[in-house]
Amino acid sequence: MNFWNMLAELLKGLTVSVEIFALTLVFSLPLGLVIALGRMSKNVLIKNIFRIYISIMRGTPLMLQLFVWYFGPYYLFKISLSDLSFLGIEYRFTSVIIGFSLNYAAYFAEIYRAGIESIPKGQYEAACVLGYSPVQTFGKIIFPQVIKRIIPPVTNEVITLVKDTSLAFSLSVLEMFTIAKQISSAYTTMVPFAVAGLFYYIFNFAVAAGMEFVEKKLNYYR
Amino acid sequence: MPVFQIAHLSKSFKDLQVLKDISMEVCQGEVVAIIGPSGSGKSTLLRCATFLETMDRGTLSYGNIAAVTCDEQGNSIYASPEILKKARGQFGLVFQNFNLFPHYSVLKNITDAPVSVQKRKEKEVREEAKILLRKMGLSGRENAYPFQLSGGQQQRVSIARALAMKPDILFFDEPTSALDPELTGEILKVIRDLAAEHMTMVIVTHEIDFARKVADRIIFMADGLIVEEGDAETLVSHPRNERTKAFLANLHSPDETAVPR
Ligand SMILES: Nc1ncnc2c1ncn2[C@@H]1O[C@H](COP(=O)(O)OP(=O)(O)O)[C@@H](O)[C@H]1O
Ligand SMILES: [Mg+2]
Repeated sequence: MNFWNMLAELLKGLTVSVEIFALTLVFSLPLGLVIALGRMSKNVLIKNIFRIYISIMRGTPLMLQLFVWYFGPYYLFKISLSDLSFLGIEYRFTSVIIGFSLNYAAYFAEIYRAGIESIPKGQYEAACVLGYSPVQTFGKIIFPQVIKRIIPPVTNEVITLVKDTSLAFSLSVLEMFTIAKQISSAYTTMVPFAVAGLFYYIFNFAVAAGMEFVEKKLNYYR
Repeated sequence: MPVFQIAHLSKSFKDLQVLKDISMEVCQGEVVAIIGPSGSGKSTLLRCATFLETMDRGTLSYGNIAAVTCDEQGNSIYASPEILKKARGQFGLVFQNFNLFPHYSVLKNITDAPVSVQKRKEKEVREEAKILLRKMGLSGRENAYPFQLSGGQQQRVSIARALAMKPDILFFDEPTSALDPELTGEILKVIRDLAAEHMTMVIVTHEIDFARKVADRIIFMADGLIVEEGDAETLVSHPRNERTKAFLANLHSPDETAVPR
């Protein structure tokens, strides 16, 4: 296999990695907010359910969780995995997105929670006296300020996510790392790992630059 | 009919009774100052009046809106959310720490609630906001963000924000206490101007000379009780109660007119 063919294969894998990355963010960022609000609920039952959820998601390996989502339906309920495929998307890939989204949502939830709890009480009180509804207060006054405060920890998680997409190799999803490993063992060469490593680095460089841009955009106030 | 009326208000935090059977009313155009030692319950009184704390006992009304009534035992019963919302439209509160919205410009801080809460026309609200800012001596700062302003300027924006809601009564909780001494004068001047326009106001303050000149009536509170109240000038120069006398004797508040402007 010549270098250009290898590069083409790895780039194909990279698009899958980017898909995992993007879909995970699309699902986990909003879900994280829901979990954070549940975790802060005044209802003790709801609060504890979300507390336990976060604790499990953060306390067990993501790779193990991927296995549970992938094999669980068959081992536990004898549901055939091919039946779970739909719209031409293999369940293999779907289970990776489920696993990643549910796991990252737990981390994002804790970041949201810290952000929400860091907003001074006076902001709620001013909004309350001015007659804002609770939904308006959160949407217009609190959440925009939360976003600004959580950009640094969210950037950390997002960068970790770029690297974590390689965990999908454990379910043999054909993302970049899986392909690098295949080419490497077929041709006994380290080159695909070096190239993949470079791609991950560039990917993260772009992510960091993007987040810095957002951070600067929000610097108009303090 | 009084603009604001509270009767037999009691309030406890756990075992600590902070307000004990407080009754007061404020008439249209009246300026009432509340003074008293720290911890006497002044803030809690304003916070009950503005629904930031719930009353345990007693009643509360704004004009003819009975926001809080009580049962035979005197325990407070809050009215429906619709009525409370209507009552909220009657008052404004100026906080010690301003509590401006840092992510909104000065103009947006003032216009957002009238537009999104009162559903008034944005264009008209903006015009009014600009007039208010001129009155506050802040013309030209419409697009600044709170962090770019001095404490005194921020407090004036927060007063403008409260006034933009066209409240019938405005509460102030130590509006100058978070400010450097040289900045208190500008706030006191704004309040005095409002008093001259017969804005109904209740002001918690430690600025006795200011209270004496601007307020029609002073209420002296201690330990959750109204110890003494009366005509501002009389209460300051001829206090009857021993505790009032002791409190006034211990105060060394600078005369606000001595502050250069
Ligand atoms: N949220 C609260 N929880 C418990 N105690 C409180 C709370 N708010 C105020 N207090 C107590 O109530 C008393 C009166 O406080 P406050 O109304 O702030 O007095 P003032 O404004 O006159 O200084 C103080 O002893 C204070 O510690
Ligand atoms: Mg106070």
